[in-house]
Amino acid sequence: MAVYIVKRFFMMIATILIIATLTFFLMHSIPGSPFDEERTSNPTIQANLEKFYKLDQPVTVQYVHYLKSIATFDFGPSIKKPNESVNSLLARGFPISFELGMITILVAVVSGIILGTFAALRHNGIIDYMAMAFAVVGISVPNFVLATLLIQQVAVTWQWLPPATWSSPLHMILPTLALATGPMAIIARLTRASMLEVLTQDYMKMARAKGLTPFRIVVRHALRNALMPVVTIMGTMLAGILTGTFVIEKIFAIPGMGKYFVESINNRDYPVIMGSTVFYSAFLVFMLFLVDSVYGFLDPRIKLHRKDGDV
Amino acid sequence: MEAKKIHLPDNTKDTDRSPSGWLIIWREIVRDKLAYASLVFLTLIILFVYGVSLFLDQKEIVTVDLFSIHQPPSKEFWLGTDYGGRDVFGQLIIGTRNSLSIGILVTLMTGIIGITVGLVSGYYGGKIDNIVMRIVDFFMILPFLMIVIVFVSVSPKYTILSFSLIMTAFLWMGKARLIRSKALQETELDYVQASKTLGSSNLKIMLTQVLPNLSSIIIVSMTLNLAANIGLESGLSFLGFGFPESTPSLGTLVSYARNPQTLEFRWWIWLPASLLILVLMLSINNVGQALKRATDARQRRG
Repeated sequence: MAVYIVKRFFMMIATILIIATLTFFLMHSIPGSPFDEERTSNPTIQANLEKFYKLDQPVTVQYVHYLKSIATFDFGPSIKKPNESVNSLLARGFPISFELGMITILVAVVSGIILGTFAALRHNGIIDYMAMAFAVVGISVPNFVLATLLIQQVAVTWQWLPPATWSSPLHMILPTLALATGPMAIIARLTRASMLEVLTQDYMKMARAKGLTPFRIVVRHALRNALMPVVTIMGTMLAGILTGTFVIEKIFAIPGMGKYFVESINNRDYPVIMGSTVFYSAFLVFMLFLVDSVYGFLDPRIKLHRKDGDV
Repeated sequence: MEAKKIHLPDNTKDTDRSPSGWLIIWREIVRDKLAYASLVFLTLIILFVYGVSLFLDQKEIVTVDLFSIHQPPSKEFWLGTDYGGRDVFGQLIIGTRNSLSIGILVTLMTGIIGITVGLVSGYYGGKIDNIVMRIVDFFMILPFLMIVIVFVSVSPKYTILSFSLIMTAFLWMGKARLIRSKALQETELDYVQASKTLGSSNLKIMLTQVLPNLSSIIIVSMTLNLAANIGLESGLSFLGFGFPESTPSLGTLVSYARNPQTLEFRWWIWLPASLLILVLMLSINNVGQALKRATDARQRRG
């Protein structure tokens, strides 16, 4: 287990390094300079600016400098926003995105598991059919379409909830709903499928024969085993939700990372693009690393597998 | 199905004829009314969209006409016009065609790459498998949306093909993983060993013996991917990182709803596109679910 974690840790560092390198050279392959638009500035100012951002030096020097700055978690100043550094933008935007992402995961996991469990317990019953019909729709509707429809109906026509921003719990309902529906549907389906399989196992009969209460049987005996597949897809789901926050933030005008990232792309604000890409990737890689490590602890059989190099 | 000629190995061709793969799939779809309706609907939409777009002039449709801005649906403009006075119905047809084309292209290309990589990795196993899977792991970790946005904004000009290529570059891993795990199981089976002993080349075993046995899984996952890819493309266009407005896409039409006025009072611009995306993906997923059941004898209804 320890070997596996250490191995994964080094892979994680390597991955971040590759992503950083990739974004750096991608950014530098764009023709033109970020100062192209400001035609009014005179050559001296231009030269000074370029010197300040180290744009006058050879690419290799810039690259080394860039790697150093990543290692120290200092992504440098923003080019387009005076008095802002990439770090301050990240510090402002990331907590909001993180909050949105975490609430979404919580909602998706809890309601998905409940829905899937009830569907499995009432297999081929009306609850099952309704839950699965809901799941198919949930998987099919892209979050931006759902968000648009929700805003139109709930916020504009019915005026029940505010249509945008992230200022109070009431404001959080629609964005979370729009983002959580897809993952929730996936989890519900997965839980139902593995629950159905678990329910036919002999140890379920055993538990019933022992006279345990139905609640205890379902929660302690069935769910615990049925949830392994759900844990497996948590990693990829997390990635999906985090990128989903970009879209949702744009629609609901939430001042998170996604907003700054999209802005920086449109402004060609290289340090912000590179900084947020590297930061986001690093965060994602780290979360996947966490999920995988937890998984190894939860299911002892996985450890044996992984040691063989068979992932 | 009836059991016949079990003890005559010569007549394998005959025994094969107990419901063939395609027949099972067809029966399953026909039995599932929803999937059947979805398939019919999809076929009609595809025929209609590709057919009608032959007669539409994209240049004319995307030309801004300031005298007919924001017109509600009328005889001349079936679905009204947008803020540039452009016909929404025409944009919807061409947009659906573009979104579908990209979705299909990406699905096919990710399919080809994923199958090749997965098959090689799963068939050879060992070191090759290890290296390939590390590469796949790396690609899986990349934040898809961010990287694609960066790529799209870096490339100065792109066509449907090059846009699909960018998406493909970061979407083939899931398929590779799936095929690899199935190929790994399949390669363990006796018939592969037997074929090796008979002196078949690896390439022949992979392509003519292992691959056909994976076809049902491939079909199912490609169908489900198609829905996902259409969603991704329209999501990118929605964010403004797909095609420019001169090349309509379903996502672009939905994105006009970000204007509060349009959202509240001009439903004809964004609602048809939203519903079309929803119904398209729903239909594809319904068909995909029926296909999935067809590949698993325990779940079949037909």
